[in-house]
Amino acid sequence: MTQKIIQEITSQEYKYGFQTAIESDTVPKGLSEDVIRMISAKKNEPPFMLEYRLKAYRHWLTMKEPRWSNVSYPKIDYQDISYYSAPKVSEKKKSMDEVDPELKKTFEKLGISLMEQKKLAGVAVDAIFDSVSVGTSYKQKLLDVGVVFCSFSEAVEKYPDLVKKYMGSVVPHTDNYFAALNSAVFTDGSFVYIPKNLKCPMELSTYFRINTEGSGQFERTLIICEEGGYVSYLEGCTAPKFDTNQLHAAVVELVALDNAEIKYSTVQNWYAGDPKTGKGGIFNFVTKRGKCAGKNSKISWTQVETGSAITWKYPSCILVGDGSTGEFYSVALTNHFQQADTGSKMIHIGKNTKSRIISKGISAGHSNNSYRGAVDIKRSAENARNFTQCDSLLVGSNCTANTFPVIDAQNPTAQLEHEATTSRISDDQLFYFRQRGVSTEDAMGAILNGFCKDVFRELPGEFAVEATKLLGLKLEGSVG
Amino acid sequence: MKSNGTTPILQVHGLDAGISGKTILKDFHILVKPGEVHAIMGPNGSGKSTLAKVLAGDPHYEVTKGQVFYQGEDLLKLEPEVRALHGVFLAFQYPVEIPGVSNASFLRMAYNAKRKFEGKAEVDPLDFEDILKEKLKVVAMKEDFIRRSVNHGFSGGEKKRNEIVQMAVLEPKLAVLDETDSGLDIDALREVAEGVNKLRRADNAIILITHYQRLLDYVKPDVVHILSNGKIVRSGPASLALELEKKGYEWVEGR
Repeated sequence: MTQKIIQEITSQEYKYGFQTAIESDTVPKGLSEDVIRMISAKKNEPPFMLEYRLKAYRHWLTMKEPRWSNVSYPKIDYQDISYYSAPKVSEKKKSMDEVDPELKKTFEKLGISLMEQKKLAGVAVDAIFDSVSVGTSYKQKLLDVGVVFCSFSEAVEKYPDLVKKYMGSVVPHTDNYFAALNSAVFTDGSFVYIPKNLKCPMELSTYFRINTEGSGQFERTLIICEEGGYVSYLEGCTAPKFDTNQLHAAVVELVALDNAEIKYSTVQNWYAGDPKTGKGGIFNFVTKRGKCAGKNSKISWTQVETGSAITWKYPSCILVGDGSTGEFYSVALTNHFQQADTGSKMIHIGKNTKSRIISKGISAGHSNNSYRGAVDIKRSAENARNFTQCDSLLVGSNCTANTFPVIDAQNPTAQLEHEATTSRISDDQLFYFRQRGVSTEDAMGAILNGFCKDVFRELPGEFAVEATKLLGLKLEGSVG
Repeated sequence: MKSNGTTPILQVHGLDAGISGKTILKDFHILVKPGEVHAIMGPNGSGKSTLAKVLAGDPHYEVTKGQVFYQGEDLLKLEPEVRALHGVFLAFQYPVEIPGVSNASFLRMAYNAKRKFEGKAEVDPLDFEDILKEKLKVVAMKEDFIRRSVNHGFSGGEKKRNEIVQMAVLEPKLAVLDETDSGLDIDALREVAEGVNKLRRADNAIILITHYQRLLDYVKPDVVHILSNGKIVRSGPASLALELEKKGYEWVEGR
């Protein structure tokens, strides 16, 4: 009986799988110094930027693609990717109202309104379509109070000193294979600058959309929060359904100075590939790292990972400033043939630094979900503390969950705690709910919500509700 | 499904049912009228729990023959949650743990599902907490119970009490208590039994499934049935249980 109900609701499709018919300026597939020069030229970049790209590219050529993660995928042909794709626009738009209606429609369809009058209450949005930012809402209003929120390209043009100073300061171009690739070919992204002692008056948000088949998305985000500043930032992503895999290799760098706080949240819903065959979907290879450079600074990562065929990401914190805090709250859901290898790295350098890792992995279908984490206490980190909790929830019997925690404590004053649990949503649990008059869907929702609540309460306001709904949707029909 | 004084709450005719292709209940009959408490006793494997699961609609169990009428209507065609909404309640022999979901929110979901089904307004968390606190008194459950996850880390006795708290909240028409007495010490048994007595009404019915006579010292049944090999082999007044206790199951099995 349960089986039948479940089958009826399984047919829930990925509702963001459409492609927008829009003319694009796409460079031919392939990667070479010429392609990089072309990208740089298209963006009218200053020489320092081109040099940075070339330096990264030359380094990348000496590197090998990492294969240590617990995921398997076919060899990526880096010459079969187009590294730049932008919707054709005649000139730069001054206001959101001038953005191509076709693009605006796309974002409306995704539930992201770029029209300021119809905006999400109190949220400024930077919309990134394939390789470029198509518009940023509330830009002027934010600038009036001193907050810079713009596309990365615009920052290179208008704030080259800040970009030069901080770009690569947290994730150097030599960091890893995908970060090096990104440093060579990144096309756009978001830039945020919060001046001294300013609490950013609204949530900032970037929405990433991959549209063109065969293109990769390589964006960079840089957030700098000066002394005493505060910002909460949210990132969302979707992509159309294609049978071919698409590569998304982003770099996010956060810098928090004395007493500054950055809260970075992600709700990732890239196309995960065909539910029955596992064909297609996004390869999400992302490097996210924050540096608590100043004393008593704080960086908090919250992620809800529900999409992508493969997720490979470890939002991390380097705790340099004395008394600084790093946090990582994660819900990673895999269903069907998805694979995720995700977790966090907390590097304690300063004295009295604290970190907290709360990871919730949900695996269903034939998916494979791994938590990989490292807590690294350097000799200088007197009285460092870490609390790690990683819980896995299994749905059905064909999925796998793994945890790979690493702790390296070089200072004897460190206090470390690690807790881990594995549980399963069972038929018996669902029947228990049903016997009390509660439907299977509501029961699933309650169990998932209960499992994830420590993470969801870290998400800004209405996104917590969205995240709950998203999980429910993604798991419909997984229990039988 | 309105019951008036004359419609039986439960009628089972010639029921064959089992699990994984194995027939456990064979030609099972029972008639339960409003206001009655029936005790079903029998050795392990006689089909007691199968009966409970089949009435509740556990999808693992299959009915191969026979009919079940609940307040005059075909019960077997209803999904488990619909049976529950119509007032069928099963106190589980092994209540499951649901980590992360508090008793308060679990019970409120159930309570509101029923309210909605009955066309009544749903109750908000604050009002519900007041309702729940009253119900806790039925089995002397401590108030910290409200915040704890459903059965998570509960002792065996607490789990059984929780089933009765849920029964008190949902006020079922037909409650099937599957070995609610097993695993309880003598004090807990008395408290749980008193709880059950408080929930007896003229318009509902209770089926007590038990191994032992001792529960029946506290909850007086109107009828006692003895189940053996999937069939009721003897029915009688409360004294039948005492006789059984003296003579043992061999007596009815005719060995």
